[in-house]
Amino acid sequence: MRPGSIIYFLREAFKSLSRNRLLSIATISTVAISILILGFAVLLTINAGALMNYLESDVEIVAFLDNDLTKSQITDIKQDLTAITGVKSVNFVSRERALAKLQEKYGGNEYNLKETLGKNPLPNSYEIKAEDPHNVPQIAVQVKKIDGIYKVNYGQGVVERLFKVTRWVRVVSMVFIVLLVFAAVFLIATTIRLAIFARRKEIYLMKLIGSTDWFIRWPFFIEGIFMGAAGGLIAILILAAGYGSLISHMDALFFLPLVTNPGILSNVYISLLVCGAVLGVLGTWISLNKFLDV
Amino acid sequence: MLVQFYNVSKIYPNGVKALDDISLKIDRGEFLFLMGPSGAGKSTLVKMLFREELPTRGQIFLASRSIVRMKRGEVPRLRRNIGIVFQDFKLLENKTVYENIAFAMEVVNASSKEIKERVTEVINMVGLKGKEKSFPGELSGGEQQRVGIARALANRPLLLIADEPTGNLDIDTSNEIMELLFNINRTGTTVIMATHARELVKSAGKRVLMLEQGKIVADTPPGEIAL
Ligand SMILES: Nc1ncnc2c1ncn2[C@@H]1O[C@H](COP(=O)(O)OP(=O)(O)OP(=O)(O)O)[C@@H](O)[C@H]1O
Ligand SMILES: [Mg+2]
Repeated sequence: MRPGSIIYFLREAFKSLSRNRLLSIATISTVAISILILGFAVLLTINAGALMNYLESDVEIVAFLDNDLTKSQITDIKQDLTAITGVKSVNFVSRERALAKLQEKYGGNEYNLKETLGKNPLPNSYEIKAEDPHNVPQIAVQVKKIDGIYKVNYGQGVVERLFKVTRWVRVVSMVFIVLLVFAAVFLIATTIRLAIFARRKEIYLMKLIGSTDWFIRWPFFIEGIFMGAAGGLIAILILAAGYGSLISHMDALFFLPLVTNPGILSNVYISLLVCGAVLGVLGTWISLNKFLDV
Repeated sequence: MLVQFYNVSKIYPNGVKALDDISLKIDRGEFLFLMGPSGAGKSTLVKMLFREELPTRGQIFLASRSIVRMKRGEVPRLRRNIGIVFQDFKLLENKTVYENIAFAMEVVNASSKEIKERVTEVINMVGLKGKEKSFPGELSGGEQQRVGIARALANRPLLLIADEPTGNLDIDTSNEIMELLFNINRTGTTVIMATHARELVKSAGKRVLMLEQGKIVADTPPGEIAL
């Protein structure tokens, strides 16, 4: 490709953009709306994912120890626990510590649990976290087998249901996003087809004069990239403004943890921008090929 | 030989048999009229030459290269050797005379220097000097067809194809356009022209190919009176 052609392609692309102003605006709006919906779904998915991770990471095994164990027996048990595959951390909680926690959680400053109960009814325990929270039920079975542990608790039943729900949420949101992308491609291709249809005579003429397909395609692709990126940019600005204000009001609005990591968010926005440009090109490609078949 | 047709038939997808076993040779430098009633297959025949339509059966050669077996990617090169003049001119309304002609060279990737020289040259050739900046809407039919011819000539084609180039023009203007085509033919370009205009053909004394229902019914050499 000669440098002269690149200039020609750019000039043709922008001439066409301004000549078919109404259709260009229609296409940019279509992309903007598509990306806005898509971006909304992505942010929703990311936050749902973060919430799921948060809920899942909360899942832990509490192993209650017999009360008559010696110090060295307690350390041995810790070694046995650490040896189980898939265990991330093992944390000892003494009876005193357990009571203090309980006091903090339920007693507050109003009344003293220890005095009310007369004695400390709580056993020593280990809190066990798994590398992958999904393995908690299997690990719990192993933990139960260890001598000196009289009870294992991980929210049996509830945890299994939680995992079912989180898997479902993840699958549904992925399927939803894929469907959205398909709908966006279709919608954008349809709008771009109108713009190309308006120039079908010119394309036909170019073909008969002996222009190559790529020579005809390039200006349309540049136009598609530009319109896609412009639409994407508009959508991102709206999305970022909306989400930004949501984050700043979050404390007042929600008990849910919103994703605020600027690294993740800027990745989302950049991906959406690229997605807009790609949609523009894809829509152009789909719509244009039919007209090149002369 | 510039053009060779060997037993070419064309059946359109709707079942219409537009060409029926056509064999034909055209020499370099010839001027050929294609005549025949409406629906005889004249347009179909010329469309085969620039591969807008492919034959259902038979072989076609241009300058000894098979048009039928040619790959899709080779079609642009074939078309750059052929200039096409249309009945309805097919000018781009939003481009000036100059730009319409330059367009034909731009789309085949000519340099801007070549374009400037050649466009000026063909504008003079078709007698449109001074109209460079006019838009098609500001020109008469005859002038618009001159632009169409200039555009077809811009890339120095071996073969000029004109499908009813005078179909939309009055008799005087048609005669002027014919004169222009004869002049172009005199400089060595082979011309194939499909037409209904008997009077133009009669007075021209060129080779006339008569089509009826997709068959050649007469092939009259130059100098003899056809019809
Ligand atoms: N794209 C097409 N699809 C189907 N049938 C076609 C197509 N083009 C032409 N035909 C048919 O093929 C036959 C020959 O048409 P063609 O256009 O070649 O005739 P023609 O001699 O150029 O006629 P005219 O003098 O009216 O221009 C006609 O019956 C026409 O209806
Ligand atoms: Mg015809």
